Amino acid sequence: MATNKLQAIKFNHTHLLGIQYLSIPEVNLILDESLAFVDLNRQENKKLKILNGKTQINLFFENSTRTLSSFELAGKRLGADVMNMNVAQSAIKKGETLIDTAMTLNAMHPDILVIRHQDSGAANLLSQKVNCSVINAGDGRREHPTQALLDVMTIKMKKGKIEGLRVAICGDILHSRVARSNIYLLNMLGAEVRVIGPSTLMPKYIEGFGVKSFTNMEQGLEGCDIIMMLRMQTERMDGSYMPSTREYYEFFALDYKKIKNAKSDALIMHPGPMNRGIEIDTNLADDINRSIIVQQVEMGVAVRMAVLKILMEAKQ
Amino acid sequence: MKKKAIINTRILDPRNNIDEIGGILINDIGKIEAIGKKVTKENVSNAEIYDCKNKVSIPGIIDMRVFVGEPGFEYKENFRTLSQAAVSGGVTGVATMPNTLPLIDNVSTLDFVKRRSRDKSIIKIFPMATLTKGAKGLDMTEFGLLKLRGAWGFTDGTQSIQSNKVMDQIFNYGKNTDILIIQFAQDNELSENGMINDSLQATKLGLKSIPESAEQLIIERDLRLLENYNTKYHIALISSKKSLEIIKNAKDRGLKFTVGVSINNLSLNENDIGDFKTFLKLSPPLRSEEDRLALIDGVKQGLINVIVSDHKPEDEESKRLTFQQATTGASGIESLLSLGLELVHNGSCDLNTLINNLTSSPAKILGIRNGTLSVGSEADIAVFDLDKPWVFKKENIKSKSKNTAIEDRKLQGKVEKTFINGDLVFSE
Repeated sequence: MATNKLQAIKFNHTHLLGIQYLSIPEVNLILDESLAFVDLNRQENKKLKILNGKTQINLFFENSTRTLSSFELAGKRLGADVMNMNVAQSAIKKGETLIDTAMTLNAMHPDILVIRHQDSGAANLLSQKVNCSVINAGDGRREHPTQALLDVMTIKMKKGKIEGLRVAICGDILHSRVARSNIYLLNMLGAEVRVIGPSTLMPKYIEGFGVKSFTNMEQGLEGCDIIMMLRMQTERMDGSYMPSTREYYEFFALDYKKIKNAKSDALIMHPGPMNRGIEIDTNLADDINRSIIVQQVEMGVAVRMAVLKILMEAKQ
Repeated sequence: MKKKAIINTRILDPRNNIDEIGGILINDIGKIEAIGKKVTKENVSNAEIYDCKNKVSIPGIIDMRVFVGEPGFEYKENFRTLSQAAVSGGVTGVATMPNTLPLIDNVSTLDFVKRRSRDKSIIKIFPMATLTKGAKGLDMTEFGLLKLRGAWGFTDGTQSIQSNKVMDQIFNYGKNTDILIIQFAQDNELSENGMINDSLQATKLGLKSIPESAEQLIIERDLRLLENYNTKYHIALISSKKSLEIIKNAKDRGLKFTVGVSINNLSLNENDIGDFKTFLKLSPPLRSEEDRLALIDGVKQGLINVIVSDHKPEDEESKRLTFQQATTGASGIESLLSLGLELVHNGSCDLNTLINNLTSSPAKILGIRNGTLSVGSEADIAVFDLDKPWVFKKENIKSKSKNTAIEDRKLQGKVEKTFINGDLVFSE
């Protein structure tokens, strides 16, 4: 469980909308709590009663397997009643606005709303209209805070620290909320962050985030401790952003040749789902000496349990 | 109608280079009979007296870019509510955009609008018709017939003509029919799904941007085509410093055309959007502070000729959405002058330049006789207190839609009286 020192730190938010709103002590509080849940999740009896009587609604407007199941499991393990809203079958498809949906759900008195939405800022909008805690599980291109937290948690487990590490985030930075949240968080914790990708998939002003950008993998990976690969949408490989999959693979996929530029003990991460043979060499993705992708999933449940617990405690 | 006299006022009429203390005498048919120092209380004993000491009297403001909901969107704004909003801001004449439902792309809809506005509007309505049928950017509308029936200018309003060939034909036949062409300059492909300025802000908010080049490409193309025809051409709105460079270059080549800017782009920048304020989702988008300052400079240098409110009333339902789904535009006709005066008070712009861009200059471009206090002209007059402090409150908005971009902004300078054809239509 959390140390006494950290328990004294107040988590000053009702919602978790983005990493950009958090302070370093708040982040450390979440990471510290998560650690306890990692142990719990490895035990036979994984059930706690911390959130007994609480209702958690997972409102997903975008398809998701891993984040949705991770949040569902996190809530259930803490004892909450968890409901998944299948938006594809709901009134939103019949023209109901996000705010109306929010008001409807709000009337059911949930304690936690976990939302994923294709529009940037959707979680912020929702949080203004409901009485419960809102957790952003991904909004458009903007933020995916629990993903960044679980990534940092994973790195910490493997490397023992964040400060001073050189981290490369590679691929489609332009459309990536994972990249943005990770940049905020890693920068905050003292890592040196680099972004690597073709210029058509790189936001023009990304260096304003305090990162160095590269369009050449070999140069960008130089001396890196962590390599975070992002998912590349195949529909962007038809000439609109990249001429072809094979051109992308040649220059931007992570393979045994390119990884030689990084540190010899560099680790590979991926938020999933992976496109094997597009952004990453399939053998490299499974290389247990290199890839910590499976650990990310494990940390995901723990981090989300910690977030749920802290938000509920902060509310009291 | 009894004669009226506004006395002891500071008269500001940029058309006639008047800036002096004096009076304005309005005759019994609502026209200006006399103006200047000689109009004093003693000389106008038979008239109704309005003592406007320490107030400024200017020609009624002509707003060149206004959306009214009639026909089709009456729930957003009708001629009556638009009039009330306008006169409270000293606006006495507006050019209305043709983006109604149905569109004003034919003579019968234009006739309808003219009749409705005649019956319901207090302010003077100068309707625009579309350049192309259905504002689709393909086939020209009946420029000649529409002009004959009272279209004061032609624009696709919220849409930009994309095809080079169509635009060339518009300039060509537009010259033939002697019409005023107003272009909303934005390349559709470069701005597709774009919402805000292309900058660090867009990356942080995770919103797709509208690059400056989307505006520049259309302006540059139009100005090259214009060289061959010399048709009357007006760029509705510009938003960036780089557009000004293109404009300056073309003016240096001797081209004749005019340029407008929204008061929003002079008073606000992209940072005001904060965390997704949909009321500040505008078209063209708010850009950087550097752009804003350059635009003010453009006004001062005369590269920009007109300041408009770009009044686009939208109901709550169109704005209570995610930024991506929310509609663009802000209501603004009521705050146009006061926001302009903010630029005067903070030293960005002198009063005469501002008033010229709000009165004389738009009137000249539209080819109407208003926008001046010349003897014999219609007595459309706005009287304002240059220094009066006030707060722009949403609940006091007279427009039917409350989508203001400047809620709770502290302003200095407020309209106190508005006359149209000599009638006092607003007084506070």
